Amino acid sequence: MSIEPDKNEGENMETTSRPGSLSDIAAQHAEKKPGSQALGVGLEARGIHAWFGQKHALADVSLDFWSGTVTALIGPSGCGKSTFLRTLNRMHEFIPGAAMAGEVLLNGEDIYSPGVDVTKIRLKVGMVFQKPNPFPSMTIAENVLAGLKLAQLKVENKDDLLEECLERAGLWSEVKDRLNTHGGALSGGQQQRLCIARALAVRPQVLLMDEPCSALDPGSTLRIEETISHLSSSVTIIIVTHNMQQAARVSDYTAFFLSDGGPGQMIEVGSTNEIFSRPKDQRTENYVTGRFG
Amino acid sequence: MSSAQVTKSPALPEKRVITTRPRFSDRVFRAIVTSGGLSSLLILGLILAFLLYNGFDTFRTQGIHFLTSSNWQAVVSDAGKVDVVNSHFGIAAMLIGTLILSVIAVVVGVPISVGAAIFLTFYAPQSIKKIMVTAIDLMAAFPSVLFGLWGFFVLEGSAEYWAKLLNKYLGWIPLFKLDGPYVNRSPFIAGLVLAIMIIPIVTSISREIFSQTPLDRIQAAYALGGTRFAMLRAVAFPYARSGIVGGVMLGLGRAMGETVAVYTVLNIVYQVNWHILFSAGGNVASMILLKFGEASPYEIKALMAAGLVLFVLTLIVNSLANLIVSRTGKSGR
Repeated sequence: MSIEPDKNEGENMETTSRPGSLSDIAAQHAEKKPGSQALGVGLEARGIHAWFGQKHALADVSLDFWSGTVTALIGPSGCGKSTFLRTLNRMHEFIPGAAMAGEVLLNGEDIYSPGVDVTKIRLKVGMVFQKPNPFPSMTIAENVLAGLKLAQLKVENKDDLLEECLERAGLWSEVKDRLNTHGGALSGGQQQRLCIARALAVRPQVLLMDEPCSALDPGSTLRIEETISHLSSSVTIIIVTHNMQQAARVSDYTAFFLSDGGPGQMIEVGSTNEIFSRPKDQRTENYVTGRFG
Repeated sequence: MSSAQVTKSPALPEKRVITTRPRFSDRVFRAIVTSGGLSSLLILGLILAFLLYNGFDTFRTQGIHFLTSSNWQAVVSDAGKVDVVNSHFGIAAMLIGTLILSVIAVVVGVPISVGAAIFLTFYAPQSIKKIMVTAIDLMAAFPSVLFGLWGFFVLEGSAEYWAKLLNKYLGWIPLFKLDGPYVNRSPFIAGLVLAIMIIPIVTSISREIFSQTPLDRIQAAYALGGTRFAMLRAVAFPYARSGIVGGVMLGLGRAMGETVAVYTVLNIVYQVNWHILFSAGGNVASMILLKFGEASPYEIKALMAAGLVLFVLTLIVNSLANLIVSRTGKSGR
């Protein structure tokens, strides 16, 4: 099995020294102010713990996400990677009995601090779910623009935004002639790209994707992966995936999560290239080489 | 390898009849549940036949006047014989009363019920939710005569202010017009009592349907930066709309058929009354109750005919409900 990550290495020349290892860079600049734009860190998780009732699901995860990069969260089921993802836009708190500790800094500001308007956070940190979930009562066009209505945003030219978002999600050519039909008639993969377009319409800074391809066939998966590659120059993407080839294909950085029966932990993070070729931790190696999980 | 070659049949084969032979126990159980299902249909059919058989005479003698006139006179001669020529039966006033009372009930009761359902599903903390659901279920099981008594003794006094307010500011609308002083026992009060009576059923049906709103759509709405209200508008309402309409129609059915509460609260007067604050009115069901005790066999036939009209009216409302549910059902699902 040959995995060739970092396909677009050296592509983002404007961010000069593309960091090799996220943890190294984080250590190097530990004394600097968190969230400094010069560093390009858009979203930082600091010592995240999560609980469901009494169950400690996630322990002490700290991770930085660089602007314009794709970070994949991998690990076996139940390792807390989806839980971690959902703490990043405060969707975690919808589960009854859910609790968390730690800080999530978006542009240097803690999204959990009192007085923060959570709806504004979710506008900046969008989300695409495992199962495509377009609104069935709305047409394709209405679905894409649903976020504007939900968040009561005003936009100059809706038609331009509609076309732009569908274009970016790689769906425009397939649906441009039937924008006013209902989204339910689309295939699963098209529906998922519609959901991506919908998430893009509110212009998020970060896009969280929770196993976006696990319900899709290989062809649709490929289209979504192409979409992710196109988007990564303008949006920070964090993707949870069970598919390691997918992680290798689309991500710049990979974080490996594991639970040894207790709370899930982040075992290792690094450039995707490193994680898949020279992991530092034996457990990571076992997982990425398919010895367990 | 060559033996595994696919050979094309020259013609399409004949379709096979797929059958299965159920076990004995399965057949017995099937018979039991089928008879259960059919018996309700049978009972309904028997009631309809009974009403038709008894009411037919009245329809024949009164004709369309039974629906269009408001004259109810059962003339009995001195010899105790029924004077067929001079007896007149018409239920127009009561039909209009039924309509007005149930519309008041729906207009007042449905917003309260849907609001309560939304609160219980999306806002209420678990502890409050449990208590309220129990209370609302209890309300559904409450005898209607108690609602009537409460309406008579409590609501009439306290709603007088609202009635006068309505008359003062909306009196230019014929519906709220009042010639002469306000007297209690108006259709307005009876409609309010009915509104309270339909709250439990409309609330529990709406709550049930709201609680089935798919979680992934709710999450999608929140993840797009929607507030709870925005989520309700974009996701929960489109999903629940058809179910709520069904609940409203069931409530309407209950309001149209309600007897004792209306009988207790309202001054039943044979007069077409469109003014809901004016102390006169009634509905078909309460009229049947009022007349039944002292009616001659001939008059009872007329009451049966009235019952048949009520039956058909309820049937129409339910069919309309089904039609609306199937029309609006797809879009939000």
